[in-house]
Amino acid sequence: MPSDRYGDVALEEKQRLFDEVKADSRYKTYLYGCYECGICVAACPSARFYDFSPRKITQTLAREDVELFYEQLNDDVWNCSQCFSCNRCPRQNSPGGLITIMREVAVKNGLRTTKEALAGYTRIIYKIMTTGTQVSPDMLQEDAFPDWGPQVKQVSENLDVWRRVLPPETLHTTGLSWQVEERTMHELYAIWKMTGTLDMIGELDEGLHDIMEEIMDDALEESGIVSE
Amino acid sequence: MESMELPVNGTKVETSRKFERDPETVRDEDLREAIWELGREGEWIVQPVPEPYYLAPTKYGRMKKIPLEHTWHHKSCGQCGHIPGYSTSIFWLNRVLGYDYFDPRDQTSCTAWNYYASATSNQAAQAAVAMRNFSAAYETGYFPLIHCGTSFGHYKEVRHELVHDAKLRRQVRSIIEKLGRPFVMPEEIVHYSEWMYAVREELAKRRQLDVSGITATVHPACHYYKLQTGDAIYDPEIYGGQRTAAVTGVVQTLGAHVADYSTWYDCCGFGFRHILVQRDFTRSFATLRKIEVMKQEANPDVVLTHDTGCVTSLDKSQFAAQAHGRNVGVPVMSESQFAALALGAHPFRVTQLHWHAVDYRSLLEKMGIDVDRAWAEFQSDVEKVKQGEMDYLTWEHVL
Repeated sequence: MPSDRYGDVALEEKQRLFDEVKADSRYKTYLYGCYECGICVAACPSARFYDFSPRKITQTLAREDVELFYEQLNDDVWNCSQCFSCNRCPRQNSPGGLITIMREVAVKNGLRTTKEALAGYTRIIYKIMTTGTQVSPDMLQEDAFPDWGPQVKQVSENLDVWRRVLPPETLHTTGLSWQVEERTMHELYAIWKMTGTLDMIGELDEGLHDIMEEIMDDALEESGIVSE
Repeated sequence: MESMELPVNGTKVETSRKFERDPETVRDEDLREAIWELGREGEWIVQPVPEPYYLAPTKYGRMKKIPLEHTWHHKSCGQCGHIPGYSTSIFWLNRVLGYDYFDPRDQTSCTAWNYYASATSNQAAQAAVAMRNFSAAYETGYFPLIHCGTSFGHYKEVRHELVHDAKLRRQVRSIIEKLGRPFVMPEEIVHYSEWMYAVREELAKRRQLDVSGITATVHPACHYYKLQTGDAIYDPEIYGGQRTAAVTGVVQTLGAHVADYSTWYDCCGFGFRHILVQRDFTRSFATLRKIEVMKQEANPDVVLTHDTGCVTSLDKSQFAAQAHGRNVGVPVMSESQFAALALGAHPFRVTQLHWHAVDYRSLLEKMGIDVDRAWAEFQSDVEKVKQGEMDYLTWEHVL
């Protein structure tokens, strides 16, 4: 049963978001029904540590329970580990895949709970979307990873020289995981623009969007790559 | 946790039952004929697997072509970023075997780590990123070899979507054409651990260290075999063909002992988003469900796996657990690093173990490596770079 936590949101809005999830072309290949066997829950790492159940999400979607769907869209989907252990479903469902779609819809519609869930994550979005590599060596800083022990400090203190004593020529980098050609990055910018991905960032974080748009527009103008 | 009686104690199944695999009757489809058909229809160019290739058995008995050389190394963000000995070892092994390969700069991340963490992308963008990289590989004449398990799994998902969804295919094709690139689908999508499996006998022939006294536990990476499940290596000789043979097949061929443990199917706790901003979950899962169980049931010398996220979660999570007095403290690395060590690679110049968190000294000593001497050699390189006597460490220094 849904709680009354989102009672102030109109049913029409909840239905609109549900319809958006259902309209994704992958939806019909991720959801076939549910035996209620619980195999997905037994396999799910997040179910062990959170009040989270891939079975409940699958059943909610199968029943088209729009009220409960909206609650899960806000409160549950960011707990998923996206490991796809739940793909062992005997009904051939992909609860993890359904959650991917739900998350996409949540981002595209700028849900408040989504902004909260991704609040500490936006620097990663900036890194991957503007450089083409996700976790660069210079992100290994003691204050960001204190729980990883003193080895992180050693890496950050010796970073420049430790990157130079790597035999592969492409790895002599600190701000990128490997050397990426400028043209390659610009092609990535064009992809973000042509697929509406940059617009999605606008729903999540307007400031981040504006910074990235400026970087990308300047680069695309310079390289002459078409992005319309 | 109480130890469990398991039907599998190593990699030989204690059962008389035999399961015959028939590729004609499996429940999932073989996409490869559809890929060639779309090629014949002019929808895309199919890049064939270059010869020589190895035929490896997959889950339902289909044989998969694994290229041995002329490979285009699709690198991994996390491996290159904070486990650089992982990719270095893959390249080093190629060089030891004398194989031609290409390490590109015209390559982006698959961006799937971000997609599975934040969903700040969409189906078309993810497919376009994949196809741009495939196009870049094709233009060099080399065949993609994917280093990251998530990239591999995600690209298999993308391939499935592009084969089945003509509208998506045309949308992505239009994007790639606007970039001035050919629209290319490789004949096979191949993970580096499949290449490791394919060359395992060649590696064993070149082994320098006796690893028969080493016990390893293997963590199979979720995105390697849980996404598009049929397209992963399963060998009837290993776990009776009931689990993927990637990693295990290589480690056993090198002569080490692979021990079993009950939570082998569990993920590592990486979580994509969690490892970066919600690590209490990652730490708990990685140590309580994986490392402690391995310690209790198998007491391994090393944990071996074949993906970026798994090495990260299982290695880095142990420090905080140790502070709580938990039963942890096992070094973690990729099987490429372990194989490189067995073939005589330098533990710091090549496998770069100083980037790992858990103490690896006892493992190296058990393998017969003089750790102090190796570290002194590495420090000497570092000093030379600092003093300007050497710009970089090069392949000539390590082969």
